Amino acid sequence: MTGNAAKKNLRLARTLFLVAVAMFGFGYALVPIYDVLCEWKWIERDRPDDIKKVPETAYKVDVSRGITIEFMTTLNGSTPMEFKAEKKQLKVHPGEYYTVNFYAENKTDKDMLARAIASFSPAVISSYFEKVECFCFSEQTFKPREKKIMPMRFVINPEIPEQYKTITLSYTFFDNTENLVKK
Amino acid sequence: MSAVVDEHDHHADDHHDHGPEKGLLRWITTTNHKDIGTLYLLFALVMFFVGGSMAMVIRAELFEPGLQFVDPAFFNSMTTMHALVMVFGAVMPAFVGLANWQIPLMIGAADMALPRMNNMSFWMLVAGVLLLASTLFMEGGAPNGGWTLYPPLVLQPITVGKALPFAVFSVHLLGISSIMGAINIIATIFNMRAPAMKMMDMPLFVWTWLITAFLLIAVMPVFAGAVTMLLTDKFFHTSFFNAAGGGDPVLYQHIFWFFGHPEVYIMILPTFGVASTIIPVFARKPLFGYASMVWATASIAFLSFIVWAHHMFTVGMPVAGELYFMYATMIIAVPTGVKVFNWTATMWKGAMTFETPMLFSIAFVVLFTMGGFTGLMMAIAPADFQYHDTYFIVAHFHYTLVPASIFILMAAGYFWLPKWTGHMYNEKVGQLHFWLSAISVNILFFPQHFLGLAGMPRRIPDYAVQFADWNMISSIGGFIFGASQLLFLYIVIDTIRGGTGEKVSDEVWEDASKHGLEWTLPSPVPYHTWTIPPTSVPTEHVLDSH
Repeated sequence: MTGNAAKKNLRLARTLFLVAVAMFGFGYALVPIYDVLCEWKWIERDRPDDIKKVPETAYKVDVSRGITIEFMTTLNGSTPMEFKAEKKQLKVHPGEYYTVNFYAENKTDKDMLARAIASFSPAVISSYFEKVECFCFSEQTFKPREKKIMPMRFVINPEIPEQYKTITLSYTFFDNTENLVKK
Repeated sequence: MSAVVDEHDHHADDHHDHGPEKGLLRWITTTNHKDIGTLYLLFALVMFFVGGSMAMVIRAELFEPGLQFVDPAFFNSMTTMHALVMVFGAVMPAFVGLANWQIPLMIGAADMALPRMNNMSFWMLVAGVLLLASTLFMEGGAPNGGWTLYPPLVLQPITVGKALPFAVFSVHLLGISSIMGAINIIATIFNMRAPAMKMMDMPLFVWTWLITAFLLIAVMPVFAGAVTMLLTDKFFHTSFFNAAGGGDPVLYQHIFWFFGHPEVYIMILPTFGVASTIIPVFARKPLFGYASMVWATASIAFLSFIVWAHHMFTVGMPVAGELYFMYATMIIAVPTGVKVFNWTATMWKGAMTFETPMLFSIAFVVLFTMGGFTGLMMAIAPADFQYHDTYFIVAHFHYTLVPASIFILMAAGYFWLPKWTGHMYNEKVGQLHFWLSAISVNILFFPQHFLGLAGMPRRIPDYAVQFADWNMISSIGGFIFGASQLLFLYIVIDTIRGGTGEKVSDEVWEDASKHGLEWTLPSPVPYHTWTIPPTSVPTEHVLDSH
């Protein structure tokens, strides 16, 4: 191989190597891209961080419509807690405010840090489900054996399309105590 | 003929007239593309049997309902490791081995463009696979959350033991190895081609590998990034995929399949290239539609980047997403159909003979098409909810990998071994190997379609009794298929050691020299070739592009 050809090969190899490095970066860039795409109206995949507190606004209550809200409570893996909702389901009118109590108990003798993550089915209605008060807005700390009553106050935006008659709202508690130790 | 070429070698390059080094060190320090090709191919063959043994464990456990031989965690390790070993240890290295041997011979280059890097990518592959294999002996066992390494399952202590970081670093090594291999192949094809060979004169094997190499450079780093995120989620409290910290496990699936879908074409495009090389020789006709083959390959490669979410129709995508990925996936059937029709048209009215490489190639065309059709069935998003994660998908991807990629690798072995070694393989044993493989592979995988449609989930060590009969038949097919491959091992060793004793001619197969440059070299191929580039190249394959 002449020196010239070797130089040409090295130059091409270097360019291709840089492409590979750039693609490694692209893999990481997919994370923010995913967040942006999830916001798009026709994708509407709610991210746990998106569940934001909404100020209480007065809507016109639509008594002609009734929507059933089902509540599900789950513990992730072996999270040592007791967690349940005050009722299994609730019939609501769009525009009217409701408060539902959730009960959680730390079953260990240690301090505990836990985070509840919400998930909706069907997922697309998440933007019509407005919460003014929720234990899912932030991480919850529990003292040893502490029991908590956690109210969740919400309203269904009356602009919700007609076709949705039943909404399932599921909460999963994750044990983040490991992070508490770190702090 | 042989003497003439040898003389050329001596005169052309006076510091280049030595043969291979003596002793074992030759294989460790070699920078010769033929030596490295041999290393890759033998390594892949060993891994084929390692991965195959894991498949035998799986089929033995599934022979009857109930738990017989292994505990469920080990069973899950076997399904995970079987996939990783076969994909990254057997199929991909085998094609890199073929590329190392054949691309320089086919394009009239003296060696690969970056020979030292070539050596390094092979040994990095060995290191990566050893690291992966070492997890089998660790506390908690090898990774058993499936080869896709989905979180949150793969991050849970019960599924990883101590293996996850080793699996992740193994993926890094394998990724760097294949990226270096790909860079080398691209540089060789672009810069080392004989001046007489234009891009559209290149054999299809070279074309398909060129496109595959670009796929590798584009997606292997993305996979490396995804597994690195798993690693930091597990050990450094990041929350890319951890819902408790605001992450999303579905994001992993998107990143994984952005790599994963091109990855399946990385395993099939070189397969197409070899089939397009073998079929014309035994049909004694030029390849039908050369230019359309090149464009079809490029289209498939492009489409592979924009269809990934068809692997995850059931994650709860919006309808718009399901529709888009459904139609985009179906479009792939067009260029793939072009290829299948071109192979068929190449055989049409050809003066065909049915030596072992051709038999394997014809079986590839038929059985790969079946795998393609089941792929189309699963592209239909609403129907896929039924097929998802059942044995139907297992049957589908095994049809596109075993009687497609693996069969074509076998065909390539039978086709080029006589050229490489100068010895003819035993045709009778070859034919026996083919018929046993072709029949048993269908006994093995065809019933899995029925199992999947009836609802048997994949990755389970035990199953409901209604699935018992087809599982037993599938296992019997599996054992016959596994045992038949020992014939291939025998043939490879036998051929290297002298084969039938028959001296093969330079072109080995009748009129092969019209189809490719490698057949104009002496048999066995000398250690150094094309130190003077060929002045003219066979253009038989472009003749039929009317």
